[in-house]
Amino acid sequence: MSDNTAPLLEIRDLSVQFPSPHGWLTVVDKVSFNVGRNDIVCVVGESGSGKSVTMQAAVGLVQPKGGRITSGSVRFDGQELVGMGNRQINRIRGNDIGFIFQEPMSSLNPAYTVGEQIAEVVRRHRGASRADAWKRAVEALDRVHIASASSRAAEYPHQFSGGMRQRVMIAMAIACDPKLLIADEPTTALDVTIQARILELLRELQRDSGMSVLFITHDLGVVADIARYVVVMYGAQVVEAAPVDDLFGAPRHPYTSGLLGAMPQVALERGHDPIAIPGTVAQAHAWPTGCRFNPRCLYRREGPCTTGALPLTSVDNGLVRCALTEELRPILGRATMVPA
Amino acid sequence: MSAKPCLRVENLHVTYDVGSTGFMGARRKLHAVNDVSMEIAAGETLGLVGESGSGKSTAGLAILRLIDVASGTVRLGETDVAGASRAELRALRKRMQMVFQDPYSSLNPSMTVAQLLEEPLVVHADVPKDERRSMVGRMLESVGLHAGYAVRYPHEFSGGQRQRIAIARAMMLHPELVVLDEPVSALDVSTQSQILNLLKKIQGDSGTAFLLVAHDLSVVRLMSPRVAVMYLGEIVETGPSGRVYDEPAHPYTAALISAVPFPDPERQRTAHRIILGGDLPSPMSPPSGCRFRTRCPFVMEICSKEAPPKVAIEGGGMASCHLHAHGPKLGGRSLVGFMKDRALVTVE
Repeated sequence: MSDNTAPLLEIRDLSVQFPSPHGWLTVVDKVSFNVGRNDIVCVVGESGSGKSVTMQAAVGLVQPKGGRITSGSVRFDGQELVGMGNRQINRIRGNDIGFIFQEPMSSLNPAYTVGEQIAEVVRRHRGASRADAWKRAVEALDRVHIASASSRAAEYPHQFSGGMRQRVMIAMAIACDPKLLIADEPTTALDVTIQARILELLRELQRDSGMSVLFITHDLGVVADIARYVVVMYGAQVVEAAPVDDLFGAPRHPYTSGLLGAMPQVALERGHDPIAIPGTVAQAHAWPTGCRFNPRCLYRREGPCTTGALPLTSVDNGLVRCALTEELRPILGRATMVPA
Repeated sequence: MSAKPCLRVENLHVTYDVGSTGFMGARRKLHAVNDVSMEIAAGETLGLVGESGSGKSTAGLAILRLIDVASGTVRLGETDVAGASRAELRALRKRMQMVFQDPYSSLNPSMTVAQLLEEPLVVHADVPKDERRSMVGRMLESVGLHAGYAVRYPHEFSGGQRQRIAIARAMMLHPELVVLDEPVSALDVSTQSQILNLLKKIQGDSGTAFLLVAHDLSVVRLMSPRVAVMYLGEIVETGPSGRVYDEPAHPYTAALISAVPFPDPERQRTAHRIILGGDLPSPMSPPSGCRFRTRCPFVMEICSKEAPPKVAIEGGGMASCHLHAHGPKLGGRSLVGFMKDRALVTVE
């Protein structure tokens, strides 16, 4: 059923709405991107960009939260996930698709040992015996470099530090050898020295297993560290997508280039104050007309930027949603300086 | 520093009682801040950097006497803060303020912006109502918000706007010192630099001293000429921010800098990095000798036996590390040259 040349995950024109006092709001708007086999794709965006909801919708997790998918398709390994029955999609989640989330403590049950929790996933999805499932749980803990895995498997979540709990979560996610690992801000709650180790671990696991990773983050430093392909979201839409070196070497969207220029590390390197993006993040009940970034954009032009929805167009190796792409090419292309 | 410091902290210790070891057991103390000293001049910013458990936030709270000081001196100008009575403290409150990390929980949701900003004036300054109104309007404009926002409630604002309100509230009484505890780390990336630039502007106008508590050395370097790095309750390195950032002299500082990923994929692939093994030891029973030795990639025999001395570093500041007198005998030079010859990924 699966075609090994096709991407592992294909998201096409996916739209998601959630109810609000303003009526149904479109929080994911015709989002399309692929995750190839043996690939690491980062979706980057700020709060409200729709990056997490896109991922949740792709694996059938928005309906339980009151949301609805209004259009689009999500093909995973040859199967359509949108509209798939609960039983069927449950079999895929946790088995072929593993998850890790931001808060490892709230994702673990404090009343069971970590070994029991990992073994439970294996028994449920693989129908393994108790003894086999336990063995697999210990192996998984070993793969995430938890020292003396067989004795630590018998400990409870509170006996682990924050970084170690995130390792336990990763062990649980990879225990069934998933084809795709979805990681939603897995290092955001961790200290930077712990984050560095978790990123290193994810890279190693990906390399050794050949699984694909869909990584969701707000941090462009993390993106540069782990991604091979990057999807930038703003205002519920994809605004830019490109291979990682293209995106950082020559950002094509003023938002991407603005985010880079606002980073303290980049500002330090260039010897100026960070260049703030003015204004605040666009809200779903009041999307600006035309380009959703236009009220904050340094290059905004009345007319092309402010009337009508903009398409995502192909530029060089990537895609960009901007009315002024050709004009801005020489400016944004030279890394991320703003005009004097 | 030749000018009289605005804040002088000497040998500050903070301990928490953490209950007993069991039935009838002795009460135990957690030493959260251990022998910390620092000075900040009027109008200056000092960065205090560390990760969770380093004691950086606890130190900030103790300096403001929002928690008790176990021992040591804290002076704001000529006034003794650590030993101040309740009445003295009340008078001190208007001279020192705090901005917290999370502007979603630090602003009372049932008060309007005007009430939030007027409260310090009512409590501390006895300013007539009309004058309060115009002060609120002026302050809102100085933090980049419309004066008309005074009638709104916190929930009507974005995170960045709320942090502007929190900064406005802290500045209402023209304090001499403001402790900024991770003021931008809860904000969206695109608004973080707005707030950093605003803080710089406000300091330029007011001459207030800032203690900037943060985990990100690049933020600190942008904001403050000097920095102190904390690990497990102690200051391990101090110095001019540029020197500490480019030429760290303590292995923990070097690890902290290399752990923050740089937004350049090519550089991330080739970067020389230190991955720290192990976990932060429990502050209940810190390691003997050097507190960092259990995670240090360059640990030597002496590190478990003796606490490292403070060594003066070329280019300014100090580092508490045995590498300066033993092993490679760096003698106050930075770690950078020494690290170049080594594979630095530490095993678990």
